Amino acid sequence: MSTTERATQVVLGGTRGGPDVPTLRTDRWWLQPVVTVSILTAFVIYSTWSAFNPHNYYAGAALGRDLISPFYSPCLASSCAAGSRAGFFLQGWPLSPALLILIFPLGFRLTCYYYRRSYYRAFWWSPPACAVSDKHATYSGETRFPLIMQNAHRYFFYAGLVFNALLTYDAIRAFHQPGIGWGVTVGTLVLTLNATLLWLYSLSCHACRHLCGGQVKSFKAAPIRYRLWKLVTPLNARHMNFAWASLIFVALTDVYVRLVASGAITDLRLF
Amino acid sequence: MTYEHHEYDVVIIGAGGAGLRAAVEAKQQGLSVALITKSLLGKAHTVMAEGGMAAAMGNVYPEDNWKVHFRDTMRGGKYLNNYRMAELHAKEAPQRVLELEQWGALFDRTKDGKIQQRDFGGHRYARLAHVGDRTGLELIRTLQQKVVSMGTDVFMECKVLKLVHDLEGRIAGCVAYWRATGEFVTFSAKAVILATGGSGKSWKFTSNSWEGTGDGHAMALWAGAKLIDMECIQFHPTGMVWPLSVRGLLVTEGVRGDGGVLRNSEGKRFMFNYVADMFRAETAETEEEADKWYDDHTAGRRPPELLPRDEVARAINAEVKAGRGSPHGGVYLDIASRRSPEFIRRRLPSMYHQFMELAGVDITKEPMEIGPTNHYIMGGVQVDAESAETAVPGLFAAGEVTGGMHGANRLGGNSLSDLIVFGRRAGLGAVAYVQAGAVAREMNMAEVEAAVAEALAPFDAEEGENPYDIQRDLQEMMQANVGIIRTESELLEAAAALDAFSDRLKKIKVKGGRAYNPGWNLATDLPAMLAVCQCVTRGATLRQESRGGHTREDYPNADPTFATFNLAHRSDGGNWDSPIFTERSPLLPIPAELKALLEEAH
Amino acid sequence: MTDVTLRVWRGDASGGDFEEYVTEQNEGEVVLDLIHRIQATEAPDLACRWNCKAGKCGSCAAEINGKPRLLCMTRMDQLPEGPVTVTPMKTFPIIRDLVTDVSFNYRMAEKVPALLPPPMPEEGYRMFQEDVERGQEFRKCIECFMCQDVCHVIRDHEENKTNYAGPRFFIRYAELEMHPLDTNDRRDFIREEAGLGYCNITKCCTEVCPEHIKITDNAIIPLKERVVDAHYDPVAWLGRKIRRKTKTKAADAAVQPAP
Repeated sequence: MSTTERATQVVLGGTRGGPDVPTLRTDRWWLQPVVTVSILTAFVIYSTWSAFNPHNYYAGAALGRDLISPFYSPCLASSCAAGSRAGFFLQGWPLSPALLILIFPLGFRLTCYYYRRSYYRAFWWSPPACAVSDKHATYSGETRFPLIMQNAHRYFFYAGLVFNALLTYDAIRAFHQPGIGWGVTVGTLVLTLNATLLWLYSLSCHACRHLCGGQVKSFKAAPIRYRLWKLVTPLNARHMNFAWASLIFVALTDVYVRLVASGAITDLRLF
Repeated sequence: MTYEHHEYDVVIIGAGGAGLRAAVEAKQQGLSVALITKSLLGKAHTVMAEGGMAAAMGNVYPEDNWKVHFRDTMRGGKYLNNYRMAELHAKEAPQRVLELEQWGALFDRTKDGKIQQRDFGGHRYARLAHVGDRTGLELIRTLQQKVVSMGTDVFMECKVLKLVHDLEGRIAGCVAYWRATGEFVTFSAKAVILATGGSGKSWKFTSNSWEGTGDGHAMALWAGAKLIDMECIQFHPTGMVWPLSVRGLLVTEGVRGDGGVLRNSEGKRFMFNYVADMFRAETAETEEEADKWYDDHTAGRRPPELLPRDEVARAINAEVKAGRGSPHGGVYLDIASRRSPEFIRRRLPSMYHQFMELAGVDITKEPMEIGPTNHYIMGGVQVDAESAETAVPGLFAAGEVTGGMHGANRLGGNSLSDLIVFGRRAGLGAVAYVQAGAVAREMNMAEVEAAVAEALAPFDAEEGENPYDIQRDLQEMMQANVGIIRTESELLEAAAALDAFSDRLKKIKVKGGRAYNPGWNLATDLPAMLAVCQCVTRGATLRQESRGGHTREDYPNADPTFATFNLAHRSDGGNWDSPIFTERSPLLPIPAELKALLEEAH
Repeated sequence: MTDVTLRVWRGDASGGDFEEYVTEQNEGEVVLDLIHRIQATEAPDLACRWNCKAGKCGSCAAEINGKPRLLCMTRMDQLPEGPVTVTPMKTFPIIRDLVTDVSFNYRMAEKVPALLPPPMPEEGYRMFQEDVERGQEFRKCIECFMCQDVCHVIRDHEENKTNYAGPRFFIRYAELEMHPLDTNDRRDFIREEAGLGYCNITKCCTEVCPEHIKITDNAIIPLKERVVDAHYDPVAWLGRKIRRKTKTKAADAAVQPAP
């Protein structure tokens, strides 16, 4: 710290203090990664199964309903169930129609700042918990391919907005279904809640907060963007909650639609 | 012996607000500058300052100007001030505050985008530029970042032991040691600026950090400079009293400035009973009148809770003595019943956390228990107001280590502005001195060797006392005998006790090695602590009156015959155990036009 | 008043080990109180850095039961029963006992391109509360360096210390980037020199911050998004091309060289 050392680079390789152990934490630091791994793994298994089982994803006119699973909306393949197709479709797509679209919501969540925190910790152990050694020989963070692609988050955010709009359209349609006309069924509420949670997840996104107003230097000079920023900032503080809630609920929505479409349960009319 | 050695134009000892500001100035003038601090950079006691820095910018009350600020400062200091320092301070503070924003400071704002100013005790108008309740941190960080961006050489955790002269008696540098290794290091300098801060650590209950050991006071004394007004010590009225572990920790005056009031165990706002004649005309008489004032200073007179700190501290002391104190020997500071939780959390975030985390008290719901704590020493090195030069050629001083600016009592908020006004002036003073050319050439190595030998002596002792025991006893003795209220018998007892401490200091035994040894570091602090205690006790004994931060039970009133001089201490011999002499040093006569300001009725 | 056991790591660069101290504990005491009691009685040479003992200076950062904490703000009665382990910060080289060499942080501070405001008008700058508030959050930082200590980028990978500024300096860069008067564009610098890309936003810095600064959400991620603006966003790039250039392109910007 004297004059001679000034303006020099950091000296590497100093001996560190304390015992040479991965961590001295005695609390249950492993609990959070375990929970994260459990939920994310369960979701991946379920969504993979769902995506590769293109049946019962749409409860249509035959059941007097118009409910589509969020995993299959918009349904873009010629193989899509009757009534579930979007305005245009691809001829001859041999695989499940879910595979045409899932990349977008998946990419949005994969590059999400919150999920990055969670899976870097839980799956990659980088680090598994704070002040617990990360065990990797080298580390380059998000500076190289493929992780440099995390910078594309905002494009997935834009795509996510399109999907939110489509799922909102699905939810609105669920207020006027073939069997009942105008009315509300449990399925209506499920689709509506699903769309709402997805909107909250998107709007609370860090990229959204930045694009709304976070990027300006002077709020005083940009009052409208300041107001937008003030609106999304409290949402952003709860991004984690919305991330989990919307993730779990999107799967539950798929489960519900499948149960109705397969005839296992009846979609009750509420009013 | 040969030591690691460095040569600079200007060496600044202390990296708080004053030292950093001096470094900016000297560096800007193109000199080579070394900044030496016994802690890490940015940790100095300045970070503890909370409420704000006083500057008559008139952003909230356009009626405010330097003349009112000057008058407030002099009245607060009970006219013992060096008027010229108070005048320069009042005039230059606004510019010093504004320039901080050029370097990155972000003060709270008024609606029209100017720097917001808050009310504080003894200031007629809302005058304190602030950032919530962490203004000191903002000041030190701003100046630290400025100093670093200028490429200044900073020597951290390097403790200066003594100043060194040349053979002609000019300051030629200093000798220090690296805390990390215990190795000695010498600095030769054409000019040295002392900016070492205060000395509260010699008392048991203090808001000061471990650094406040009076190193600069003592080094100046030993180097031949004079210390004045050492008996004038500010006991801040609001320090935490519970839990014991944090007793003395500061509670910002901003709590009162923002509407907090003091109550005794009966729930009564007792300050109305303690308004001195001097302040009666400008202080509210009823709670209704006082409460109107917060929103509009023209609708009522000031609440008595915002009297200068010496008045409030004495009143709290009296209430506790009269049996109307809180369970842990303080009184209540209540903002919970007067302001909304949101307001409190926004305006006083550190206080909220401090009480929540350390005392388990939610200040938005409950009152705080507080009592006086040793906070600041008004006394210190006597300097020239313009150049900050001491009586020793080549030695300059700025900040809390100096005396004169604040007289017998400092107003809240005047300390941070003092640092930047006189830090800059000390920098300029040192530059002018260096450029004039009559500077020291070589250090008297005999002084270096003596200081090194003295520092190492505690290792050689076969057996001796633990320095921590001596420190604890010294703190308890000073707290008991030279506290907020003093009396002759106790002061004489203290003087005798200090002689005994002087003997104990010669028999210290330090365990362990030299590398980062806190026991050894304390052993090197103790001579300075003792020197400060001796000057304080001598001054307190000789000033047979009560004035500002000096209250005598046996002489409860101010005596006009004592209003004409400072008590100045000097050392004969320059060693820590050399005898100290005390003499009267007449105050500078105040020019008529400034005198008129003081006498103006308000 | 009860007795507690403190396991304090004592040693220096040549090695060290835990030493156990049984000491008394009074109501409301923090870990630093106990360290001081040990210094005043059993071990006057126990090295520990501290200054204000009020959570305002950030000197006394160490690791308590394996987690970075301020010794002066950790109340004993909030720790679980049983012996309390106190170790020095792991990321920085040891000096002695609980004191580490934190000069890495001061080297990083020297590299920060300073604020570059327009000349100050005579009556001072005008800035507005909503504009200063973002920066004020970051300026609460007390430089305890616990965020630097806990960050695995340098805690577990010494070699990254040459190319990674760390969370403390990311909030400094964020503060400057959000400063309403600043005219310096540091986005290239933040990406290339400060190593923002190394951060994988695992948020440990935010978890340990004693000032409760939302380091990740309010500083690091906004900085990452700013870097995206400058480097990875063709729409923004096109926008800049089409609109009249109101802001200097990152690559050409006059980033003030580190002093």
